[in-house]
Amino acid sequence: MNAPAKPNDWSAFPDANGRFGDYGGRYVPETLMPLVLELDRAYSEAKADPAFQAELAGFLKHYVGRPNPLYFAERLTAHHGGAKIYFKREELNHTGAHKINNCMGQILLAMRMGKTRIIAETGAGQHGVASATVCARFGLPCVVYMGAVDVERQKPNVFRMNLLGSEVRPVTSGAGTLKDAMNEAMRDWVTNVDDTYYMIGTAAGPHPYPAMVRDFQSVIGEEIREQILGAEGRLPDALVACVGGGSNAIGTFHPFLADETVRIYGVEASGHGLKTDKHAASLTGGRPGVLHGNKTYLLQDDDGQILDAHSISAGLDYPGIGPEHSWLHDVGRAKYLTCTDDEALAAFQLCAELEGIIPALESAHAIAKLGEVARDVGKDGIIVMTLSGRGDKDVNTVAAALGMAI
Amino acid sequence: MTASRIEKRFAALAADDRAAFVAYIMAGDPGLEASFEILSGLPAAGADIIELGMPFSDPMAEGPTIQLASQRSLAAGTKMADVLGLVRRFREADDATPIVLMGYLNPVLHRGFERFAGEAAQAGVDGMIIVDCPPEEADPLSDALEGVGISLIRLAAPTTDDARLPAVVRRTSGFVYYVSVAGVTGVKEADASAVAGPVQRLRAASGLPVAVGFGIRTPQRAAEVARVADAVVVGSALVDEIAGALAAGSNENVTERVLSMAAQLSKAVHLARVRNA
Repeated sequence: MNAPAKPNDWSAFPDANGRFGDYGGRYVPETLMPLVLELDRAYSEAKADPAFQAELAGFLKHYVGRPNPLYFAERLTAHHGGAKIYFKREELNHTGAHKINNCMGQILLAMRMGKTRIIAETGAGQHGVASATVCARFGLPCVVYMGAVDVERQKPNVFRMNLLGSEVRPVTSGAGTLKDAMNEAMRDWVTNVDDTYYMIGTAAGPHPYPAMVRDFQSVIGEEIREQILGAEGRLPDALVACVGGGSNAIGTFHPFLADETVRIYGVEASGHGLKTDKHAASLTGGRPGVLHGNKTYLLQDDDGQILDAHSISAGLDYPGIGPEHSWLHDVGRAKYLTCTDDEALAAFQLCAELEGIIPALESAHAIAKLGEVARDVGKDGIIVMTLSGRGDKDVNTVAAALGMAI
Repeated sequence: MTASRIEKRFAALAADDRAAFVAYIMAGDPGLEASFEILSGLPAAGADIIELGMPFSDPMAEGPTIQLASQRSLAAGTKMADVLGLVRRFREADDATPIVLMGYLNPVLHRGFERFAGEAAQAGVDGMIIVDCPPEEADPLSDALEGVGISLIRLAAPTTDDARLPAVVRRTSGFVYYVSVAGVTGVKEADASAVAGPVQRLRAASGLPVAVGFGIRTPQRAAEVARVADAVVVGSALVDEIAGALAAGSNENVTERVLSMAAQLSKAVHLARVRNA
């Protein structure tokens, strides 16, 4: 099969039906369809409203702490001996990850729509914490669905969400991980259609979520553009970001899609390896299908049943990916690499030792591929990698993986 | 074109002024042979139409009962080919009772719409309900199903407003399924008095019979709904009998329990309008 043609105008996607090429769409039960259409209208109006944008910008500056720095990782650059490596420091945001960029946008939209109750799903707990945070800030009740297995392995984040006043509901159906939490959040939404706003944490789900979450996360790429022009006087040669659902990645990539000189690399989690059944690389190891409201690449068996993903990083442990990534993959605008648990663990330690930054295990997947990308773009090149979150939440997991008791 | 099994069945029931009793069970729950036994017994227990669930790993519109049924079926190794095989075997003995497959899009998409439609028609399937395929996304599936004479049965919900109705009933046939409560299957209880208005509205917009489901658990509630709707769908209450029999241990006869519940429900549905008169 030939790759579909690259479009002339990247900003024209998704189309009116929420499609990025063949991907995306609105595959939801009829009960939710009117709500999804209402959300689409409400978001389009808010997006075009300067007062909404100004309010969001104010909270991003004073509450989230934006803009965060673009930092030259000098020792890591020397270590790889190739292109100059910059980190976009999303881990310095309030709550320690990029997730809050999206939550701040969505909570302002939810209030504008008159919704009075927020629900969210979470895997590692980062989106749950960010949701709980904005709900506390604006005084809205929040229920976070979290797989029972994840509740066990991410106890500190469960405690944080509770401290912030949110209720965490453990989900025992299926494998008790992120995809099951998302199913349960959908069930809540379909049951509480009048007052409830579903705050999806990644650039996936029924239209308009993939586009809306991308827009709220695009502040990452927009800041990168301004900051790298200030630091280097030119655009980077490559962008690198880890991809689970893919919200930090699409926020990094989207503002550069039309800049053909900028190479784009996403990094999927290949867990124990692509040849095993324990990985989370939907693009590299999956095929297109429909789940959670959108058509996209999915890990599935030979009968169309969805498989459980595996990654050492709970935030990448999802069998799907945002539909825009599926499209960028098919048209060849972005290249998707894979990184195993072991490679991510090594990168986690390398970053801590060389740069004095403990990265999230998710971000460590991107760090692990910097050597490869640095060789690709050459010594005179410039790379910007999005450091999507900080790794404090992962120290127990990493210690256990390294066989150390803490 | 000759009348479909669904059309014939509704015409016969209308002549008797009876509502249809639609029984839902999950294919392959608790195992393939056990579910074939239940399926084969349903017409004699009074089921006018059978909805056969296709198991899916991520049934996002189902309550706990059907979720667990889906898990049991997948754990027993049920494949899509087995689901179609059940229909084929059922048709060897029964060429009149309509069978509607109900499930989620991905397993159908994975098999390919054309291929699936062809296999389903050959097996003797009459209709399909795909929960996560709203009319906006349904055209490719409609193309395939129309080509082989299978009805794509549409869902309407309490949230479906007048503006959406034309889109919801476009390219549909057989009957329209009214989801009587905003929620998942088998949890909230349907309110029969709140159902009458939407049923009339849907009948007028589609020109088709209207079935009501989601949240009908008891013979009494089934009878109330049968007075205002053309068909009454019961799923979770039947599947609960399977779960109950399994929990009670191997001495319980799963088939007997399900068919006995089906008989009570069908009796209530079939006599509802007689008593009312």
